[in-house]
Amino acid sequence: MGKYLKTADSGWYRQRLTGVVLCIVAVFVVLIARLFYLQIIEGEEFRRLSENNCIRLQSIEPSRGLIYDRNGILIVDNCPFFDLTVILKDARPIEHTIEKLFQYINIPASDLMRKIKRNKGISFYTPVVLKRDIGRDALAVIEAHKFDLSGVGVKVRPRRHYINRRSAAHLIGYLGEINSNELKSGKYSGCRAGDFIGKFGVERAYEDFLRGKHGGRQVEVNATGQVVRILETVEAQAGHNIFLTIDQPLQQKAEELLEGVAGAVAVMDPTTGDILAMASSPSFDQNAFVKGMSHEEWNSLISNPFRPMENKAVQGEYPPASTYKIITVIAGIEEGVIDENTTFYCPGHYKYGDRKFRCWKRTGHGSVNVIRALAESCDVFFYQVGQKLGVDRLAWYAKACGLGSPTGINLDNEASGLIPTAAWKNRYTGVAWQKGETLSIAIGQGYNLVTPIQMLVLISAVANNGEIYTPSIIKKIETAEGKLVYDVNNSRENRKLAGRLPASRQTLELVKKGLWEVVNKRHGTANIAHVDGIDISGKTGTVQLVSRKTNDNTYEEDRAPHLKAHAWFVAYAPSDEPKIAVVVIVEHGEHGSSAAAPIARELIKTYLGGTL
Amino acid sequence: MFDRRLLEHFDWALLGVTFLLGCFGLIILYSAVTAGVPTPQKVLCIKQVVWYCVGLCAMVISFLFNYRMLDRWAHVIYAICIFLLIAVFFFGNYVGGARRWLILGPVSIQPSEIVKIAVIIILARYYSKLANVRGLVLRELIHPFILTIIPFVLILRQPDLGTALMVVLIAGSMTIFVKIEKRSLAYIIAFCTGSIPLVLYCLKGYQKQRILTFLNPDRDPLGAGYHIIQSKIAVGSGMISGKGFLKGTQNALSFLPEQHTDFIFSVLSEEWGFLGSLIILMLFLMLIIIGLNIAYKCREPFGTILSMGITVMISWQVFINIGMVIGLMPVVGVPLPFISYGGSSILTIMICIGILMNISMRRFIAE
Repeated sequence: MGKYLKTADSGWYRQRLTGVVLCIVAVFVVLIARLFYLQIIEGEEFRRLSENNCIRLQSIEPSRGLIYDRNGILIVDNCPFFDLTVILKDARPIEHTIEKLFQYINIPASDLMRKIKRNKGISFYTPVVLKRDIGRDALAVIEAHKFDLSGVGVKVRPRRHYINRRSAAHLIGYLGEINSNELKSGKYSGCRAGDFIGKFGVERAYEDFLRGKHGGRQVEVNATGQVVRILETVEAQAGHNIFLTIDQPLQQKAEELLEGVAGAVAVMDPTTGDILAMASSPSFDQNAFVKGMSHEEWNSLISNPFRPMENKAVQGEYPPASTYKIITVIAGIEEGVIDENTTFYCPGHYKYGDRKFRCWKRTGHGSVNVIRALAESCDVFFYQVGQKLGVDRLAWYAKACGLGSPTGINLDNEASGLIPTAAWKNRYTGVAWQKGETLSIAIGQGYNLVTPIQMLVLISAVANNGEIYTPSIIKKIETAEGKLVYDVNNSRENRKLAGRLPASRQTLELVKKGLWEVVNKRHGTANIAHVDGIDISGKTGTVQLVSRKTNDNTYEEDRAPHLKAHAWFVAYAPSDEPKIAVVVIVEHGEHGSSAAAPIARELIKTYLGGTL
Repeated sequence: MFDRRLLEHFDWALLGVTFLLGCFGLIILYSAVTAGVPTPQKVLCIKQVVWYCVGLCAMVISFLFNYRMLDRWAHVIYAICIFLLIAVFFFGNYVGGARRWLILGPVSIQPSEIVKIAVIIILARYYSKLANVRGLVLRELIHPFILTIIPFVLILRQPDLGTALMVVLIAGSMTIFVKIEKRSLAYIIAFCTGSIPLVLYCLKGYQKQRILTFLNPDRDPLGAGYHIIQSKIAVGSGMISGKGFLKGTQNALSFLPEQHTDFIFSVLSEEWGFLGSLIILMLFLMLIIIGLNIAYKCREPFGTILSMGITVMISWQVFINIGMVIGLMPVVGVPLPFISYGGSSILTIMICIGILMNISMRRFIAE
């Protein structure tokens, strides 16, 4: 190395620098030659194109993916509508144009000026939307007077149309104009101000599939902004079409049945986890969101005490009440606390410490075994099972059965519910767990909170002998040309098995026998749901909103409406080979048996009516 | 202690050209952020002036000490810069889909700009000790290759293709300058050409599309292709003498926000025409010639290679940026030195000028 180093001296470097200089000068010559070509040889032509900025981009809106039900019934469509726009740079003087617009289509000038002022910051060449959805009559007038209205244009946009007003509104969701935060977030690539994006439900969760891709056109315009020549076109790409798992006739039946009450219904195929229907009442009109809603309309929606904007099936949290007894039975048998022959005596109440815990049936059930306890929902039986188990063992079973955490359905703000443990209470309230509280937990009252969808997954798992499915709402996704992109049946991962119930086959058989008797025995709490020809199994629940004190002699029926109990019913049918699982909750519906069970019965009849 | 020769050999011509480019830069920037824009952002001009002041201080600092210190400290400087790049990776500010900026109190800096100097310094150190008339053989090139590939990958991941390519171009030019041994060069060329089909084979469809669009912007008429058309219209419409200061109209079109950063040359050409563009080009050429002359006059290898590396960096930025604006080069984000808006870019170029002055002043001082 050393002997070479001396030879790479300054003289040698100087020689190499000459080459560098030559290269650099050559590049500068190329740059100057190119500038000469652009500015002097082609200068005239470019000067012409630069006047009035002749070359412009126009965007082409993609058509959003359509939404179908599981059998291909179209439920969400797009209709064309027309936006009146103006390009400020072309519409000069702007006052003149606005006055003309007032003459032709009668829009007050002050409104238009306000719209223009609001868009002060944006480029003079970006079209400003003056009025959305002007209708075909106004469109004809504008087209006829096109040459009198320089800078004014009409933009055709596909608008979302929800075919069945209010139907499955919470599941499908709605669109809204993209806001500045969403634009900045970077999550909506390819979107610009004024675009509509999914804000709720499937429309939001599957936004990336549905949206499609903007296209555009490079055009040359003349001095009044009219297109003279189209230079380049990139077609918009339509969004993917989505087939939901819901069965539209069943969905509509569910909504009819919920008419007039606040509550939710969800229906699942227990063999697959497909959601067949999901209704939350009261509902809202999705089309109103797309058209743009007034302040008053919006306020009345969000201040409505029955919370129409909430999807009660996945966002509503309620104490599970007696439907929780399924968990208590599973825990009791699996832990060896009871078996099928264990009986307890129910005198109508259970004394624990210095408190008397009452059974819902004041006269008592007498001696009951586990099957009868489920069938007749004997509280005293479960008080004793719960007491033997303790709160933490109960909580472990509840969580293993999928309660207390989101099911993983891909919908907005799914609530997780709450399964209390002794440690939890200590952490959150600072007070130690009282043994008596365990008794309330065992019958699903107390701190327990579940969502209807969790209960649906649970009852489905009981029905299918223990498989806990993640509920799926999408059956398949296809491109606009019909190429399959996603199919829930296609691969094993798509059908997500979230786990198994922590219960043996024998335990589940016992539970199922109890649930069968609920509906099919004369003393069963949901005998009302019995239908000749269809074997239904289920469990009622009644959520006490006023605690059942020992000396409280008032009856549910006499309470003020907002203090009346919530009614639950979870069910599946046919009992031996289940094809449908249903959860119903009716807020302030009083009794699970009277308010919720008939709804489930009608749904099962509707669904199985066709297949039996 | 103060050596009078330092002052005698101060490079006034370099200072003069720098001053002129800085002034023109501010004038053009003012036009770019005000003329025909619905919301003028004059505050950017003020920020740029502040950055020039900071840059001036950095320049003075860069010529006060003996540049041979850089030889000794090369590894430390390199390590700090790489550390900053890694910091960007974790704490960088996320803007428009890329992580490029580090927020340090009131200012945000772009370490990828400064890292270019560190690469030049460390390569100058390495080559000054190794170079010989036979040329470098493959084994000797492994070290510089690693030194280059680290910042390249880090910058590419930000992602900032333009700056990443700059690092490779600078390192490549410096390596060719100190000469690669003939057979080694043949191997390298053979390997590169041989691996092209393999890389193309491995790339996914959309990546291939992106490369094709990069090489030919017309494939993307709504994005890069549209920018290029508008940029060409702006440049061409300037004709001989331009439309006049603040009279540009293409500004108003929607190829914001690049018009005050990467596409600023189009504003210059539109408003000042062929003559204005020629003046700026000549100033850049003068700057480059002065830089190469410093390399020429310097009598020890480290100074020669260092000044050559800095000059070559400025040249590449000028070529790529202007080439892009006038439709000769693909669209990549490379700022035009002195003129494009951007604090880190100004700071970097001023440090470079300072180092050039440093080398020029101390050419008579022996180690």
